[in-house]
Amino acid sequence: MKKLMQGMMLAVATLAVCAGAAQAKQLVFCSEASPAHFDPGPTTGGNDFDASSRTIYNRLVEFKHGGTDVEPGLAESWDISDDGLTYTFHLRAGVKFQTTSYFTPTRDFNADDVIFSFERQWKTDNAYYNYLEGISWDYFQGMDMPKFLKSIEKVDDLTVKMTLNEPNAPMIANLGMDFASIMSKEYADQLAAAGTKELLASQPIGTGPFEFVDYQTDAVIRYKAFPDYWAGKVAIDDLIFAITTDPAVRVQKLKAGECDIMDYPNPADIADLQADTNLTVAEQEGLNIGYMSYNTTIAPMDNVAVRKALNMAINKKAIIDAVYQGAGQVAVNLIPPTMWSYDKDIVDDAYDPAAAKAALEAAGVKDLTIDLWAMPVSRPYNPNAARVAELIQADWAAVGVKANIVTYEWTEYRELGKAKDRPGAFQIGWTGDNGDPDNFFATLFSCSAIGVSNYSSWCNDDFEKLIQDAKKTSDQAERTKLYEQAQVVFKEQAPALTLAHSKVFMPMNKRVSGFTMDPLGIHRFDNVDVTE
Amino acid sequence: MLRYILQKLALIVPTVIGITIAAFAFIRLLPGDPILAMAGQHGITPERYEILKEQFGFNLPIWQQYFNYVGGVLHGDFGISVATKRPVMTEFLTLFPATVELATVAMILAIALGIPAGIFAAVKRGSWFDQVTMGVALTGYSMPIFWWGLLLIIFFSGYLGWTPVSGRIALNFFLKPITGFMTIDSLLYGNWPAFVSSLRYLILPSIALATIPLAVIARQTRSAMLEVLGEEYVRTARAKGLSPRRVVGLHAFRNALIPVVTTIGLQVGTLMAGAILTETIFSWPGIGKWMIDSISKRDYVVVQSGLLLIALIVMAVNLIVDVLYAVINPRIRVQ
Amino acid sequence: MTDSRTIVTRRPPSALGEFWHYFAMNKGAVVGLVVFVLLVIVALFAPWIAPYSPDQQFRDSLLTPPVWEAGGKAAFLLGTDPVGRDMLSRLIHGSRYSLFIGLVVVVLSLFSGIILGALAGYFRGWVDALIMRVMDIILAFPSLLLALVLVSILGPGLFNAMLAIAVVLQPHFARLTRAAVMAEKNREYVTSAKMAGAGHMRLILVTILPNCVGPLIVQATLSFSNAILEAAALGFLGLGAQPPTPEWGTMLATAREFILRAPWVVTFPGLAILVTVLAINLVGDGLRDALDPKLKRS
Repeated sequence: MKKLMQGMMLAVATLAVCAGAAQAKQLVFCSEASPAHFDPGPTTGGNDFDASSRTIYNRLVEFKHGGTDVEPGLAESWDISDDGLTYTFHLRAGVKFQTTSYFTPTRDFNADDVIFSFERQWKTDNAYYNYLEGISWDYFQGMDMPKFLKSIEKVDDLTVKMTLNEPNAPMIANLGMDFASIMSKEYADQLAAAGTKELLASQPIGTGPFEFVDYQTDAVIRYKAFPDYWAGKVAIDDLIFAITTDPAVRVQKLKAGECDIMDYPNPADIADLQADTNLTVAEQEGLNIGYMSYNTTIAPMDNVAVRKALNMAINKKAIIDAVYQGAGQVAVNLIPPTMWSYDKDIVDDAYDPAAAKAALEAAGVKDLTIDLWAMPVSRPYNPNAARVAELIQADWAAVGVKANIVTYEWTEYRELGKAKDRPGAFQIGWTGDNGDPDNFFATLFSCSAIGVSNYSSWCNDDFEKLIQDAKKTSDQAERTKLYEQAQVVFKEQAPALTLAHSKVFMPMNKRVSGFTMDPLGIHRFDNVDVTE
Repeated sequence: MLRYILQKLALIVPTVIGITIAAFAFIRLLPGDPILAMAGQHGITPERYEILKEQFGFNLPIWQQYFNYVGGVLHGDFGISVATKRPVMTEFLTLFPATVELATVAMILAIALGIPAGIFAAVKRGSWFDQVTMGVALTGYSMPIFWWGLLLIIFFSGYLGWTPVSGRIALNFFLKPITGFMTIDSLLYGNWPAFVSSLRYLILPSIALATIPLAVIARQTRSAMLEVLGEEYVRTARAKGLSPRRVVGLHAFRNALIPVVTTIGLQVGTLMAGAILTETIFSWPGIGKWMIDSISKRDYVVVQSGLLLIALIVMAVNLIVDVLYAVINPRIRVQ
Repeated sequence: MTDSRTIVTRRPPSALGEFWHYFAMNKGAVVGLVVFVLLVIVALFAPWIAPYSPDQQFRDSLLTPPVWEAGGKAAFLLGTDPVGRDMLSRLIHGSRYSLFIGLVVVVLSLFSGIILGALAGYFRGWVDALIMRVMDIILAFPSLLLALVLVSILGPGLFNAMLAIAVVLQPHFARLTRAAVMAEKNREYVTSAKMAGAGHMRLILVTILPNCVGPLIVQATLSFSNAILEAAALGFLGLGAQPPTPEWGTMLATAREFILRAPWVVTFPGLAILVTVLAINLVGDGLRDALDPKLKRS
């Protein structure tokens, strides 16, 4: 009996899988949130992309590490016709899809995979268009792909031709975005035949640096290096995401050595982390803007002088100190200084309560009460909108303007905020999708975005013409000039208070090397190495 | 006995129906649009909005939505999570063991410490032990546990470095779940270090979660014991010359047990409420944290079905307690 | 609880005297009462006691440590918060909110609970069945979870949080009242009052209810401290009072990120909650000793 028990124990023990075995290099990333699932097409969060597109998948073009310039990915090269309407992609040969316990590929990556990856998001009759209940292809729609795309055709196994309806300068940058990740058509077909299409989102297969091993809901995601990765096997063997929602707890885990690297520390903890000799803290200017939109159609904020006065009354520096804890800089323009076409000659409205008060009196504004909206959530571009609101409230009180702080649940907040006739000053922000200025100017302040994401309901003819012209040409020098002029108009008209561009921090253990900060807020581990 | 159970069950049916209505109604009343909640920073087109509305059945009359929902529930279909697109039941089943494991350990801790403490305090009534224990118990009972949990992490994990900060097991152990209970799974695999690791990870969250039940049980045991010790038959037993140990152990404790068992049963609801805060603070992947996340994400389907499932579990436990109570105390059955 | 009648029907001075006698025997309760009275005084006179306005921002003194720590300033005894407001002033003003929350919740849940419980116990039948099933439903959900959902529906805010907590707590009062009313209903004194032509309302309010005051008072104290804890928990989860309100739970929640760098902004509000709740619970214990005759004898 005892022997039998021992035998059973042994048998069970051999079943146990222990990943920490023999000098495997393991990297543990304490991440902020669980991914919804592992299909980067319909998901929208940075946490979703970290877990899927940047680990498991590749795209035709890739953003360079630490930048927004594109470099060849699954497409080795591409040609753009002179009219800007035809893109021809020459695909990389010999790229393998991952082999896992649930899928064994029989062929290499080819043009069919590219076409499938876009058509599933585009053609309503594609078998995968609706493969999960209630999905929508947010980014594919959001980047206006259906409007621009005319066709995607296979020329041969390794050549794909993409035709557009009208020229679109940011197209190549768009193709480096997460939604454009390339899936395996062979795998998708196999799942469809088995009637288990939904597994595409929970058992992913890609060509990327890491292959998926396991996901314990809301707790741990495990990956291992893909040995046949086309760019060569990555340095680490096992990659683990330990999902830890509380930033204070993430810091504790990092200090205790339970994880090697973490995202989004509290601004308050940065100094302490920097002082820790076991840690290094990487930092980078975020590609973002925190701002506050005045509704420019409602009196008295339809008056430029009033908007300017309100801006002048606010001590932005104090807000950066108290809320961003120094982990940010005063935003002069809508786009961050790291982005091309940033106009550094523009002078910000200086903090001058006396002048603000005088300007308000000159404009005949008395006993003004403004709804001051505060987002209920913390975002990289504004870590604590309620605290910002408290500070602005005090600043405005000093010039005789009373502010009512308003807040709602996050989706409701955005819904109410984008209404054309929403009163007051609305705190919001934006994180760049692809590093193109168009992604800021047109998305946030074009006339067509009123009621969508133009929270100022601001439609200025000069500004509109400049940003629309900039979209039509691929000449970056010319675009730069147009965007610089747009920034001048923006500052003159002050449809919003540009508050801050935040800094993004990434504390990590000293044994981690090769990690580069990404301006798009994405975390990539393919260049990372660890010393034991 | 069977009749008693059936009677109890009959009483529960209308409550269960009421719970389904309540869970369903709450969700319809929540502000914010479930479909918009799914969209990211780019928003959603009106056409797509209509299609999704139809897919989720939000366009149907409200009563029809309700009957569809209950119909699904009766077939074990609790809907598909808006956020993760996975069946709510699947998510529940993967997360529930974590909560049960934490709650069980917390409960064992509370009972193992609370009952002896209560008995000693009662026997040595008025002694310094009694006073200190009851002082500590009342402090524990008054503790805001979200704050307490944070203090525990800061002190034991941060300052002393004795316990791991958060999680269920050290990450180098990778055990495919069998039961979903880390402690049991690691034993089934015969992986002793993994078992030790899983216990270490349980220490702080279970202390935080056990604090209030422990205080309640200690206090309840003490007052039940005091009451029983004052009763006629205990005095008689004492007078008959039975050793104090036998008096306390045999006579008094058995009778004092009845209210204590009820108290323990009632703590299950408290544990669920405590789990919400404890799991949030310790990043414990259980259903408490799941509910909080789902409420803030406006994952309507999860909130609705989660509420329903949790309420059903609390009711089931209360029923079991009632039955146990009837077993210990036959008088109840007659009433 | 039937015995509590004896307390009330005796001549008032001696009843009060007896009550105080038993209450004072519990030293903890007396300490609790003293602390509680102090808290009430602080709350009532907050604007005069607090050194500053709770909203005044000292922009040059963000996150000043308490006076006894290095870098502390005598002007800010307990330090300042992230936007430079005096912690002591905020805590003092915060006592108003906590006591106010406790009071409002208890009044709301006590009244609705008594009315519902009395109706159920007095009329029985379908009224009873309906009311008690609704109470069962409320009790089937973990209280914090239900309060969370209710606040999500009503929208975050102090008033809505109080309302939600009152809803969650009132079944306890309803159950107590119902049980007491049922026990008393068929007693002789009630029957004779009925014979004398007393109406339903009079019977419930004047004849029966005064006899279940004891347990209700004890439950009310319990609810008072529970309400403060739950409101703080809701505030902690971001759904209670909204900033810049100096409510303790909300202060804790908004300061949570500073737990490592500036522990005082997290420690003091938590401590304030603990002390207040503990004081009320101590008083509650004393009340139970004094009002529950069964324990009194032992």
